[in-house]
Amino acid sequence: MTTSAVLMALARRAAILLASVLVASVVIFLFMTVIPGDPAQVALGVNATPELLARTRHEFGLDRPLISQYLDWVGGVFSGDFGTSYVTREPIGPQLVDRLGVTVWLVGTGMLVALAMAIPLGTLAAVRHRKPSGAAISGFAQLGIAVPAFLAGMLLVQLFAVRLGWLPSGGWTPPNQDAGAFLRGLVLPALSLGLVQGAVLTRYVRTSVLDTLGQDYLRTARSKGLRPYQALFRHGLRNAALPVITVLGLQLATLLIGAVVVERVFVLPGLGSMLLDSVASRDLLAVQGIVLVLVVGVLLVNFVVDLLYTVLDPRLRGS
Amino acid sequence: MALAQRSRNASLLAGGTLVGLVVLAALVSFGWTPHDPLRVEATDRLLGPTGRYVFGTDRFGRDVASQLLVGARSTLYVGVVAVGLAALVGTPLGILAGMSRRWLGEFVMRANDLVLAFPALLLAIMFGAVFGAGTLTAMIAIGIATVPSFARIARSGTLQVMSTEYVLAARAAGRSPAFIARRHVLPNIAGLVIVQCSVSFAIAVLAEAALSFLGFGTRPPTPSWGRMLQESQELLAVEPRLALIPGIAIALAVLGFNLLGDGLRDRFDPRLEAYR
Repeated sequence: MTTSAVLMALARRAAILLASVLVASVVIFLFMTVIPGDPAQVALGVNATPELLARTRHEFGLDRPLISQYLDWVGGVFSGDFGTSYVTREPIGPQLVDRLGVTVWLVGTGMLVALAMAIPLGTLAAVRHRKPSGAAISGFAQLGIAVPAFLAGMLLVQLFAVRLGWLPSGGWTPPNQDAGAFLRGLVLPALSLGLVQGAVLTRYVRTSVLDTLGQDYLRTARSKGLRPYQALFRHGLRNAALPVITVLGLQLATLLIGAVVVERVFVLPGLGSMLLDSVASRDLLAVQGIVLVLVVGVLLVNFVVDLLYTVLDPRLRGS
Repeated sequence: MALAQRSRNASLLAGGTLVGLVVLAALVSFGWTPHDPLRVEATDRLLGPTGRYVFGTDRFGRDVASQLLVGARSTLYVGVVAVGLAALVGTPLGILAGMSRRWLGEFVMRANDLVLAFPALLLAIMFGAVFGAGTLTAMIAIGIATVPSFARIARSGTLQVMSTEYVLAARAAGRSPAFIARRHVLPNIAGLVIVQCSVSFAIAVLAEAALSFLGFGTRPPTPSWGRMLQESQELLAVEPRLALIPGIAIALAVLGFNLLGDGLRDRFDPRLEAYR
């Protein structure tokens, strides 16, 4: 495949991503702006005078046509300006960026936990699928999938924070303030987010490796004298990685949204907590911005998965 | 093969039993509960399991066992409506995408991808912000977010069926697309759709629990397993029982639907035969 073809494929996927982001922004804007009614009324309460309402509407720019409101909002978002909160009257963007940092740490470490658990366990479960140890891993994964992340979080807090006192039960220390406290605070949230997703991923890794084990090229490698693990590591894992990467993308999106619940359990000042607080205070412009950031996050993850898939599977490069 | 057959049947049996228990709990709760699940007994607060209260009482003195039985109803209610909505919308859309000309199929799948960017929890929180939190908004949001998985499954199944010789023969005989969809496609992809129902049900149960935990699901005072967990959070150190009981109920229900889905998938998908 030539470089220009690779660039064309990249450009096509980037165009689809951009179009998806724009359509999603329109959907979110219409949903959060048109349906809930008058944000000025929401901000001021039912006792506001008509004059005050009119002034606030003008101040928020709500007396302008919808299309110009949308263009203003989306144009601002592209330059990092998410507007001014209807409730706190403070700019939303800086707070959103701060909160996003916390969520990215949580999701990133959660993903690491999931991968560190799923790749060895899934591979082992596949290689030993006819043995009790393989069945035990599969059973453990099946159980893990059924446990809600917030319950896992509550139980981990109970054991490691309350009973043993090894780790904090919640709260957030920025990494540049105290690296040790930051890491200690991240362990339990990352575990509760990652272990459950790790269980889901273990099953996919197992299925994928099992699929690969049945392939002719592995049999050929074995017949050339390679031991089962050697054959699998040299020839099988790259092929087994393809379906796992797709699931990984979906999982990352699940983790991003799952972080909302885990942040609540561990009182972390992430994007999820900001979303829930904004909903509680009816700060719809902030909700609109946060939802857009999360949705763009999901779309970006899918975009990267698509690209990785193309890089790893030569058969797809032409398509 | 005999071992594999047994394991497949074990999945189906274990899944069916667990799901059956949840359904039974919900059905029984319509006619009987040990106590009124909503009755607050100030003198009976935080009692451990006794002869009178099998699973003890919560901090308001309400009977945990009765709440658990009625909570099964909320779980099933949300699951049935959300998965039903997703299956009824997603399956025809998937069949349409699989049978129709290129641009229409492409359009449906692109719209599908867009909905996929709004996961159930996020959609439910958005709906909660705009329409107010509650069981109905949670059900609709989970249902909409689940539509793409049905559409994808139905589309890939339809594409396979459409390339078979009996469909080619039906088309050559001048059968209408609606006839082919009803007579050939739907019966052949029904197995896939049923498996997806079971898997989606497990996801819906988890989503409902998470939403109730966050205050976006079933509203008080209606008992719900997720809210029982949320209410127990502050008392976890002194009364872990209050979290463990609904937690185990949620986990068993999810496990049941997943096992049932696995068992059904093995039964409907002959390609997995080699690994049994």
